[in-house]
Amino acid sequence: MNAAPVIALVGNPNAGKTALFNAFTGARQKVGNYPGVTVERHAGKIMLGDGRPAELIDLPGTYSLTPHSPDEAVTRDVLLGHQVGEQKPDIVLAVVDAGNLDNHLRFILELKSLGLPIILAVNMIDLAKRDGITVDVEALSRALDMPVVPTVAVRRHGIDALRDLLADVTPGSHAGTERDLPPLDIRTLQKQARAIARAVTTETGSRRSITRRIDSIALHPVIGPALLAAILFLMFQAVFAWSEAPIALIEGVFTSLQQAAKGAMPAGFWRDLLLEGVIAGVGSVIVFLPQILILFSFILVLEASGYMVRAAFIMDRLMGRAGLSGRAFIPLLSSFACAVPGIMATRTMAEPRDRLTTILIAPLMTCSARLPVYSVIIGAFIPGINIGPGIGLQGLVLFCLYIAGIFAAFVAALILRRTVTKGPDHSFLMEMPKYQMPALRDFLLGLWQRAAAFLKRAGTIILASTVLLWILLSFPKPPADADPAIPAIDYSIAANIADGLAVVVKPIGFDRNIALALIPAMAAREIAVSALATVYAVESDGGAEQSLVTRLQGKWPLPTALAFLAWFVFAPQCISTIAVVRRETNGWKWPAFLLAYLFGLAYVAAGITYWSATALGM
Amino acid sequence: MTETLSPIALDAIALDAIALDQCPLGRPAHIAAIDWSQLTEDQARRLREMGFDEGVIVELLHKGPWGGDPLACMVGRMTVAIRRELASAIKVIPLAEGVAA
Repeated sequence: MNAAPVIALVGNPNAGKTALFNAFTGARQKVGNYPGVTVERHAGKIMLGDGRPAELIDLPGTYSLTPHSPDEAVTRDVLLGHQVGEQKPDIVLAVVDAGNLDNHLRFILELKSLGLPIILAVNMIDLAKRDGITVDVEALSRALDMPVVPTVAVRRHGIDALRDLLADVTPGSHAGTERDLPPLDIRTLQKQARAIARAVTTETGSRRSITRRIDSIALHPVIGPALLAAILFLMFQAVFAWSEAPIALIEGVFTSLQQAAKGAMPAGFWRDLLLEGVIAGVGSVIVFLPQILILFSFILVLEASGYMVRAAFIMDRLMGRAGLSGRAFIPLLSSFACAVPGIMATRTMAEPRDRLTTILIAPLMTCSARLPVYSVIIGAFIPGINIGPGIGLQGLVLFCLYIAGIFAAFVAALILRRTVTKGPDHSFLMEMPKYQMPALRDFLLGLWQRAAAFLKRAGTIILASTVLLWILLSFPKPPADADPAIPAIDYSIAANIADGLAVVVKPIGFDRNIALALIPAMAAREIAVSALATVYAVESDGGAEQSLVTRLQGKWPLPTALAFLAWFVFAPQCISTIAVVRRETNGWKWPAFLLAYLFGLAYVAAGITYWSATALGM
Repeated sequence: MTETLSPIALDAIALDAIALDQCPLGRPAHIAAIDWSQLTEDQARRLREMGFDEGVIVELLHKGPWGGDPLACMVGRMTVAIRRELASAIKVIPLAEGVAA
């Protein structure tokens, strides 16, 4: 066999598998997708002890070879050689947590039944020592009949020893291995595993580990939620406030790029395409990066330190009322800043149905892009009066819009969990990993991978649709003898679409001008404001100095304004969100569903608002 | 650590068995029985994978802040979060006060 051997890295979640993978491959990793499923494939070229190259595949963490999720099914199928697009591995590199052998060894015994050569890394040996646990590596090797290496993956200890051992394995020595699993009795394996673990482990000192001491604070019935609230407040604050300056900077850079290109090129189609299509499109992708990087910094640290599961533990009961698990909490909270990083954050959720439900309701959280729309409409139509001591009517309306989004998300989750994302309740049974300091390298790699995934897969769709939208809004151009009082947009394809759309939205109180403003707002909700300004700029007789707020006051009846607000609570007017949903669900089915159900809701909500307000004589 | 209780001992004390979610916090307990009939096949398998089994020692560590759900408990050397509903299928016998696990 001349080809580089394929090594499969397997292990229980929380055994430090990814840290080991990073220690082997560093930044030379390839992240892809397995065909047909939303499971990521992580692989990298590594060097064996004798200098030969090999391919290391990081398989999704699992507790056994009986899968409970699509990720775990991939692990089993790869190991059995059933996975499409993946060669059957030559060697298995298994990872266990030195401090949790009683449980992790069962999976190793299960792996032995595959008949592949196995090398075992007993990882986190330092944390075990911290808790007074020593593992007799040689005794373990004898008991399991496989080479065993103690490792500290986050510090790269034991990696070279593994390289050497991997080089000693002769690929192809497992010619007669099973294509299917022999029936395994999990109880027998478990008993064997516990017996081996007891025999090779010595424990000194008390069991009061550091993790238990931290948990007595982090999971305290009063301090725990308070601590979580403080962490979340900081995170939310960071995503919202710290991103402001870099976002302004990015917008500034792209504006000056546009200026520079404008000066450097002759006017015409190509200049417009570059300026308003490409540069504006790339800008609209890059502008998400600060929020994504800040949010994922928090998430990666919370995840790697072991706190994330504790946060899920604290929130589980409340999220459970909506048929979700505690894991959905952080992605949904993040969606208040922006649904794009929020939806990407659902990756920490192991249960696919839970995750899908969370993705589908995340756009209902009031993201920051809705604020400009809300504030213009509220400023124009809701009187700035106090209806009680310290309670302004405008603020109250804004608050109600936020609540409406949360309430709708709650109801939608309940309905989705009983219909399209129906499935067994996984009952929130999770291992709570030991606390540990996150390693800088793993943190940076994780951050880089998230940013790259966003730029490559979602970014391309966002860019393409922004250019497409620009074409719709700019062509055909007005004729040379056009009345300058009519905005150029009125001659475009979008205007024709708006004519058709006007018929559809008439029953919910929207006129053609609103329909026309809604089209560019597909790129991002806040564009509705500038689009309305363009549409009404020329029609208004009060002169250009009049603000949009004043102009709208004269143009829209109150029921229309309220219906417009209701529309934006629901309407999925955000290409980036749709692109990210496509990327995270690996197909067009769920983004299509998302569009249909949210536009449906928006239409009904706006209609009910319009007709109720009209009936009340507003 | 005792792995299993003899059948006679189990019979004699089975009456004292309580559901895991009723166990006092911080008191190690033997799993006397797991009511598998109350669980789906998937749930049963997951429980076993997390190390829950007859004869194993568990210790309830924390209860969730809202209505005491979910629960965090120590199984072997692993801390596991489990919803009350599932924990109620696990019948345990608390060890006598002062007995180290």
